[in-house]
Amino acid sequence: MSRIAARFAALKAEGRTALIPFITAGDPHPDVTVGLMHDLVDAGADIIELGVPFSDPMADGPVIQRASERALAHHVSLGDVMDMVKTFRETDGETPVILMGYLNPVEVMGYETFARRAAESGVDGALTVDVPPEEGHDLIQALRGQGLDAIYLAAPTSHRQRLEMIAEAASGFIYYVSLKGVTGSANLVLEEVERKLTEIREVTDMPLGVGFGIKDAEMAAAMARIADAVVVGSALVSRVEANASKPDKIGAELKQLLQEMRQAMDAI
Amino acid sequence: MENNDSFMNMPDEHGHFGPYGGIFVAETLMEALTELRGAYEKYLGDPDFLAELDADLQHYVGRPSPIYHAERLSRENGGAQIYLKREDLNHTGAHKVNNTIGQALLAKRMGKTRIIAETGAGQHGVATATVAARLGLECVVYMGEVDVARQEANVYRMRLLGAEVRSVSSGSRTLKDALNEAMRDWVATVDDTFYIIGTVAGPHPYPAMVRDFQAVIGREARQQIQDMTGSLPDALVACVGGGSNAIGLFYPFLDDKEVAIYGVEAAGEGLETGRHAAPLCAGEPGVLHGNRTYLMEDKDGQIIETHSISAGLDYPGVGPEHAWLKDTGRAKYVAIDDQEALDAFHRLTRTEGIIPALESSHAIAYGLKLAATMQPEQKVLVNLSGRGDKDMHTVAAIEGIAL
Ligand SMILES: Cc1ncc(COP(=O)(O)O)c(C=O)c1O
Repeated sequence: MSRIAARFAALKAEGRTALIPFITAGDPHPDVTVGLMHDLVDAGADIIELGVPFSDPMADGPVIQRASERALAHHVSLGDVMDMVKTFRETDGETPVILMGYLNPVEVMGYETFARRAAESGVDGALTVDVPPEEGHDLIQALRGQGLDAIYLAAPTSHRQRLEMIAEAASGFIYYVSLKGVTGSANLVLEEVERKLTEIREVTDMPLGVGFGIKDAEMAAAMARIADAVVVGSALVSRVEANASKPDKIGAELKQLLQEMRQAMDAI
Repeated sequence: MENNDSFMNMPDEHGHFGPYGGIFVAETLMEALTELRGAYEKYLGDPDFLAELDADLQHYVGRPSPIYHAERLSRENGGAQIYLKREDLNHTGAHKVNNTIGQALLAKRMGKTRIIAETGAGQHGVATATVAARLGLECVVYMGEVDVARQEANVYRMRLLGAEVRSVSSGSRTLKDALNEAMRDWVATVDDTFYIIGTVAGPHPYPAMVRDFQAVIGREARQQIQDMTGSLPDALVACVGGGSNAIGLFYPFLDDKEVAIYGVEAAGEGLETGRHAAPLCAGEPGVLHGNRTYLMEDKDGQIIETHSISAGLDYPGVGPEHAWLKDTGRAKYVAIDDQEALDAFHRLTRTEGIIPALESSHAIAYGLKLAATMQPEQKVLVNLSGRGDKDMHTVAAIEGIAL
């Protein structure tokens, strides 16, 4: 069983919902990322999603775009991100880590090399945002060959046939994008999310994560009632941004928000 | 008739041109693209739609655009005869409108009420704002902050036409970032919004659809040159930014194996300097803006900034069909630097009384070089993709003249 599957199985046995924080690797400086990953775990993260910076993050809103820009100012590459995970793994062998990013850096590295190096570094899965199942065959093969999960997105607009295709391609969990928009958007409607999750459950038994637009503890708790995992990105990254000039403060800021979410989610 | 040797049966049903093209977007856009593909496949075979399109191209755009034998230029240059396809005479001054007319009609058929577009130099933005004004559609144009500052006149034109111009301050604040931003808008507004991409880039069906709308250039030219001279040209030349005017000219000639085809990229300050916009000549295959193609990227796969005197060629990618035509050898891709383009700009202006766009000047420059190596009874057909009015400030500034 993969580390991701094992983690979801354990949470299910405890009746808890997974909390998955997202930060961009190298933001605001490559030296702080590994420390922040440990802070996130301390504050209750079950899985960590680590953003790989890209020059053209087409599916991201302004907050995560700027995080990419801050990391790229330090030339943080895909290889650097995997090295950070390797360092993180020296003291944390348990918490699953997923890389989230865009295809081009992976194309340049080569799918096989990427999958091998990711596995060697202790990465557990990859969500390559701009690779839909139709284009995913070779990448999925490479990831599976190294025992890595290929995480896939589902969207409000994904109809039944697409959901089946996504369920077929994905492993680990499915990440439901809870609104029509980019990361960090505002207009999330709980009933609609719930209806869609029910529809996705008709085609798969895989755990379902919900993300895009979850900003505070209240929203996290509401999502925890209907989903298997809650993903929090822009809300954390904006705290990184607000403290970019005083990086030693970032850890405490992220911990505070994440702990609030954790408590609210566990209280339901 | 099935013809396996044909270059005209691409892309395949998944939008692939060999290893290039495809659909590389987030799940949030897949349904919108499926809907668009449905409409494109339906209406591009629909006689009513095609009749309306033809009528608009004739009465609103002013098609067919003529071809013109540049006799004096040819004589002074020596070698082959140079013919120009006069896309500069279209309404709004470039080939861009062929595509915006087509996509806007499609938007109307699909019941969309809002149009968005990206623009670099502003030509596609103006062509989009123009058709939106005519059809009474709301229009938002995304434009990089850097381009907004250097293309003030076109920003004003778009605003006059009723479009909202949104300045994009992310990334390199140029065309590629404007495209990212338009995509982000579209993800959130797919229900009522149609995204008019300005070149043969983007995810399927855009590269095929934009080509089909621009192929009117080549269809007309192929007939016109035969009517005028009794035979096909020996070579075609067009500039390549994203590649829409080029593929529009090339496509109807792809199976005429005796016609040589040249796409001209922007060498900027020189290919050897790295400061250029020539992904086919000096880039690597990769994935950007929804398709696999040749890109300008660094060793980590980050997209790098481009440099060209002409804003319309300043794009780090290129349409996937060109990537495939390059690899198959059916077309050759070459590059012309800023100075060569400027020289050609002046030469055409002085010898023929035609002021070309700086983009098109790259094609003229290579056309002249090529013609000089050929015989006087041979013919080179150059796509004059747009007129140079928009470039007056750029050229004057280079010569130290304040307008
Ligand atoms: C006159 C003209 N020619 C060429 C181009 C380049 O675009 P494409 O390569 O899609 O024809 C532009 C783009 O703005 C243009 O304005």
